[in-house]
Amino acid sequence: MTSIIAVRGLRKAYDSGFEALKGVDLDIEEGEIIALLGPNGAGKTTLISTICGISRSTAGSVSVGGHDIQSDYRAARAMIGLVPQEISLEPFETIANTVRFSRGLFGRPPDEARIDRLLAALSLSEKKNARNRELSGGMKRRVMIAKALSHEPRVLFLDEPTAGVDVELRREMWDVVKELRRDGVTIILTTHYIEEAEAIADRIAVINRGEILLVEKTGDLMARMGRKELEIMLEAPLDAVPESLSAHALTLSPDGRGLVYGYDGRAQSTGVGALMADIQAAGLPIADIRTRQSSLEEIFVGLVKDEN
Amino acid sequence: MSRPNLQAIRAIYLYEMGRFFRTILQSMLAPVISASLYFVVFGAAIGGRIDQVEGIAYGAFIVPGLIMLTVTTQATSNASIGIFFPKFLGSIYEVLSAPVNAFEIVIGYVGAAATKAFIVGLIILATAYLFIDLSIARPFAMILFLLLTCTSFALLGFIIGIWAANFEQLQLIPLLVITPLVFLGGTFYSTTMLPPFWQGLTLLNPMHYLISGFRWSFFEQADVPIALSLFAIAVFTVICLAAIWWIFRTGWRLRS
Repeated sequence: MTSIIAVRGLRKAYDSGFEALKGVDLDIEEGEIIALLGPNGAGKTTLISTICGISRSTAGSVSVGGHDIQSDYRAARAMIGLVPQEISLEPFETIANTVRFSRGLFGRPPDEARIDRLLAALSLSEKKNARNRELSGGMKRRVMIAKALSHEPRVLFLDEPTAGVDVELRREMWDVVKELRRDGVTIILTTHYIEEAEAIADRIAVINRGEILLVEKTGDLMARMGRKELEIMLEAPLDAVPESLSAHALTLSPDGRGLVYGYDGRAQSTGVGALMADIQAAGLPIADIRTRQSSLEEIFVGLVKDEN
Repeated sequence: MSRPNLQAIRAIYLYEMGRFFRTILQSMLAPVISASLYFVVFGAAIGGRIDQVEGIAYGAFIVPGLIMLTVTTQATSNASIGIFFPKFLGSIYEVLSAPVNAFEIVIGYVGAAATKAFIVGLIILATAYLFIDLSIARPFAMILFLLLTCTSFALLGFIIGIWAANFEQLQLIPLLVITPLVFLGGTFYSTTMLPPFWQGLTLLNPMHYLISGFRWSFFEQADVPIALSLFAIAVFTVICLAAIWWIFRTGWRLRS
């Protein structure tokens, strides 16, 4: 795999002194779907905007397909399609014209047949000559995608593609994305939902406070995400974990009333059943039980702790 | 090293002209009606009772100034809306992320706005013929002046469109600056009719040079030498171009 986008030491500081990007390094491989995962305000949109040329970087470099985004911006930008988070369509313009405009803007000669095919692929053929304001929210989003794809980009950026989108449309969006990947388009999408990244991405880059915390294969990251904790509250406090339960990796809470058991929630055998049987056999009266799944936030906290 | 993006210029130009033709009635009707009113009232009705101005019938005398009034406001407002609207909608992201340079963007937007104003100007001229006995001494010079005016005011409109933060500001300059300057620049009178002090003050009004030059192309008579008029419009164009160059270099009100 060769990297189609190489981000090196990218910084973006605003006049106020706020640093939205603090030296981002990222390699995106050709043909992959990569999710930029992070909370609101993490710098996801700033990163995308900077790569696409909408916002200027303070330091660092980005190349797209080997073309520097500043010195060789024409070649770099011609390879990119961008679907921003906000829908912004001229209400009185027709869909066909809206898409034609985008194609021309990115330097491609008119090609009606291609635009027809694109609209068909996005189930917009029937609305070709309708005005943008007549469309439903889902259709408007698809028009935004059609615009971004009109000049046959090699790289597609989708900024929060499913924010405020219903379940059905979300599935539809994923079908479109998978179809594009089959055609060899590299896709970068941002999201703050871990489930979303898991469902679609080959790799996940976690970003927080303007820094990339990790880039991992989705499967590897999900295995870490799968950590669960079972906490068993006892009616009477203990001084130590009883001998009969030593086979299980248990820790006792400071007040002696809680037994904490960590396990992989995705594993076939979690050991929870055996543990419960052993606790009953040990004659420990249980007051309450709760489980916790390690959240994205905890991974962040963990990563930030590791850094310090 | 990089080839100009001619497709992008074409796309922006056609897209903007599309907006014009989609609203052709509003685009044409309003300026034509208001110009016709001037021609009827000042030209045909009152004009008959007014003495000639510098040997020209009053009705004919006011035609160049009225065309200037229309094309300057049209070029300015067309260009300002053309760039303000995508900014307002948010769709400007596409232009900013496209493989185009500032020059191509300006040719597309300003070219379309100037074309629209030029078309409106010619239609007003044709309307004038309906009401007023008119002949044009130097038609080529007239066309050239019209084109230059449309282009330079479209450049000004482009700057206003980028500067404006809301629709009110968009109207501010055309209403508060351009219209009064055109009125006071000698649309309805020859500045030689003014007392010396006001004559001197008029020389500070850039519109005065435009109207005088344009009127020269009709009647071969002008308040200021034609070369000075051309020089004035050249200076104005250069100032606008420099401002636009600075806007794109700094990303002022366009990029964060």
